[in-house]
Amino acid sequence: MKQMAIFRYPTAIIGLLIIMGLFVLAGYALTQYTYDEAVALWRGDENTWAETPRNAIPKWLNMLQGNKLPETIKISTLENPDIKERIDYEYYAVVTTEMTFDYQYDAFPSELAVFYTSPTDGERPFVTAYWDTPDGRSIELEARSINPTQRVYLGMDQNLQKLYGNTPVEIGLFMDPNAETPTVLKGQYKLRLEGYLFDDVSDVDAKLVVYGKVHGWAGTDHRRRDMMVALLFGTPIALAFGFLAALGSTLTTFFISAVGAWYGRWVDALIQRITEVNMILPSLPILIMVGTLYSRNIWVILGVVILQGIFGGSVKTYRSIFLQTKSAPYIDAARVYGAGNARLIFRYMIPRIIPVLIPSFVTLIPTYVFLEASLALLGLGDPVLPTWGKLLQDAGENGALFRGYYYWIAQPAALLMLTGLGFAMVGFALDRIYNPRLRGQ
Amino acid sequence: MSAASVADAQLAQKRRRNALDAWLRFLRYATVRAITLGLVVVVAVYLTVLIANMGGKVDQIRLAQIEEEIGLSFLGNPQVQMMSVEERAAYRDQLVQLEVKRLGLDQPLLVRSFRYLKQGLTLNLGRSEELSSDSGSRQVRYILLERLPATLLLWGTAQILLFFLALFTALFLSGRYGSIIDKIVVALAPTSAAPGWFYGIFFILIFAAVLGWLPFGGIVDAPVPDNRWEYALSVLRHLVLPTAAQFASGLFLLIYSWRTFFLIYSSEDYVEMARAKGLKRGAVERRYILRPTLPYIITNFALLLISVWTGGIILETVFNWPGLGRLLYSAIHLYDTPVIVGSTVLYAYLLAATVFLLDIIYALVDPRVRVGTEGRES
Repeated sequence: MKQMAIFRYPTAIIGLLIIMGLFVLAGYALTQYTYDEAVALWRGDENTWAETPRNAIPKWLNMLQGNKLPETIKISTLENPDIKERIDYEYYAVVTTEMTFDYQYDAFPSELAVFYTSPTDGERPFVTAYWDTPDGRSIELEARSINPTQRVYLGMDQNLQKLYGNTPVEIGLFMDPNAETPTVLKGQYKLRLEGYLFDDVSDVDAKLVVYGKVHGWAGTDHRRRDMMVALLFGTPIALAFGFLAALGSTLTTFFISAVGAWYGRWVDALIQRITEVNMILPSLPILIMVGTLYSRNIWVILGVVILQGIFGGSVKTYRSIFLQTKSAPYIDAARVYGAGNARLIFRYMIPRIIPVLIPSFVTLIPTYVFLEASLALLGLGDPVLPTWGKLLQDAGENGALFRGYYYWIAQPAALLMLTGLGFAMVGFALDRIYNPRLRGQ
Repeated sequence: MSAASVADAQLAQKRRRNALDAWLRFLRYATVRAITLGLVVVVAVYLTVLIANMGGKVDQIRLAQIEEEIGLSFLGNPQVQMMSVEERAAYRDQLVQLEVKRLGLDQPLLVRSFRYLKQGLTLNLGRSEELSSDSGSRQVRYILLERLPATLLLWGTAQILLFFLALFTALFLSGRYGSIIDKIVVALAPTSAAPGWFYGIFFILIFAAVLGWLPFGGIVDAPVPDNRWEYALSVLRHLVLPTAAQFASGLFLLIYSWRTFFLIYSSEDYVEMARAKGLKRGAVERRYILRPTLPYIITNFALLLISVWTGGIILETVFNWPGLGRLLYSAIHLYDTPVIVGSTVLYAYLLAATVFLLDIIYALVDPRVRVGTEGRES
């Protein structure tokens, strides 16, 4: 059984496992986000990624490294109303909020921000804020009136900037004042907010975000986006693109060469000439031209890729196989009993040589997956879709290699490599099974 | 004069005539191929021009350029400033019409497309929109031709080395079927699924970023060495990583497929016969295995070359190599259409040249094409 023979090749088994893994990943990604959600997440309006740190490293990398980098800490009065206390006076009210957290990390956070929300119809509340450190110091932050939704980055705080000078605020607030080089003072920190409300409807809620340096299993990019979105959703995109492009070009090439070999004469000659012209036509520059002048939509590009593949180099290979098959006795026999051209092509010739086609089809898939990544790397990726290639391009454009964000490149690259290896391993094994001469002696 | 010497002289003359015949046939073959490929290039460039101008995209760009230029020329013209708005608009339209007529943009698409074809074939694509050559020229032709040597250097070095290395390793392995090296090469063959630029990124990461042994990219150190030898050495150092990246993506697959092919041939009866005669292993490999398989090997390599030529665009971009590919990358980012079309045309020429060169080599190694009846020895 040829179908079972594949299990005799250990590399093919590994390849199959990799492919299965990728399909599971793709399926999982599709249960997590719909197409539109993934696009919306990756385009990311200003609120989508407000609470994730910039350029945070992935968790797995933090585990490998010795020192413990901080994760993002969020404390919100909307989620725990009991840290907020309201006392009403005759003409005004005071809302006191105490946000306490334990900071036991070796490194400083990357940023600090407070997100305020208050009812739109009331008088604007006035908030004073104090930062209490574990060693008992209390630092007064800038007091301000609060808009209905307001984001206050402590790095912009006038008081703190004056206090710490050239030291960034997120380091200054967490620094041990007695240490020579900046070291983290571990322990309980507290942000105390006093909100003064001047009418009955008014209220103030706050959320403290201490941005960490680690985020999720994939880390974040320069625009605070969780790279997991692109890694996950890139999987179905890559597989679909690779699979459809390979299927489209293989089937059409196959059909064209069958027709050429069958009808011969001018049809064959025409197909041969078109193939020669197509061979000289530089495929990638043409795709680049299409991408630059017309559309970067991945499905348009897919169509062009398939069009380019119709008269690919394999027309010659398939044609020679068809020519051999055409002169086989069973074809003559079929013709004698009166089978028509279409029947002969579809029922007699194509099934006979499909085994030649399957290995090349499987090995073509990763070629197209990499083609999509290549286009993305050139800046011609789909403008809205999160793909692996676009992660690589973002990494390249933002100097990931120079700035040491190796994971930014390593993660999509690893997935691309797995895809390439998985399909190639299976394809090679299939080739050896279907073409026994290759098995060696 | 003895009868024997007359016969000898006749034989020698006949051989000479045959050799001449073989040469003539070869020349005819080469000429026919050159003409065919020339025609193919014309069709390919015409298609390129059509794709570039599908829906009149290029014409729109040119029209916008004309309007902008005329608008700009108005700014410094006091006479135009004094005109009323309607007068100015009318004058402007008139100038645009004149310019459109001058450039022949009012002719039907078919006529224009042939003019573009001629311009494309001669790379006479006028001025670029943004880019300029290192010597400061804005002519697309100079910009393109200036980048050509760098591309040819990288490409030639990598592919020629790759061909010979793969060929000899494959020959070597075909004699050692089932050995550990053979198994390793077979196991490594699937790594060719990834293109050169992909390995390039890793090589830069390892050898440039982490280890610092080799440069990140570019073609020569900055400042440029004065000494010619130091210059060459610096270029060589910059060549190492991009060449290695192409090796990583092509080598193992080539060795694997060629080795398999050699294996099939080495079980032919005539090879067994040669071995039985007591010929040395090297001689058997060269004369009885390599000779008859070379045409296949060359065809196989030609297909590979064609498929990877344009992959060089990204490799050059990753390594910042100042060749055609890198130029095309810059042109994409600046939307410099003339340069993009020009590069595409130049790549078509390069592909055709590659095919022609390989056809010639093919003819030289395949006796059926050369058809000199007495073979090379005559």
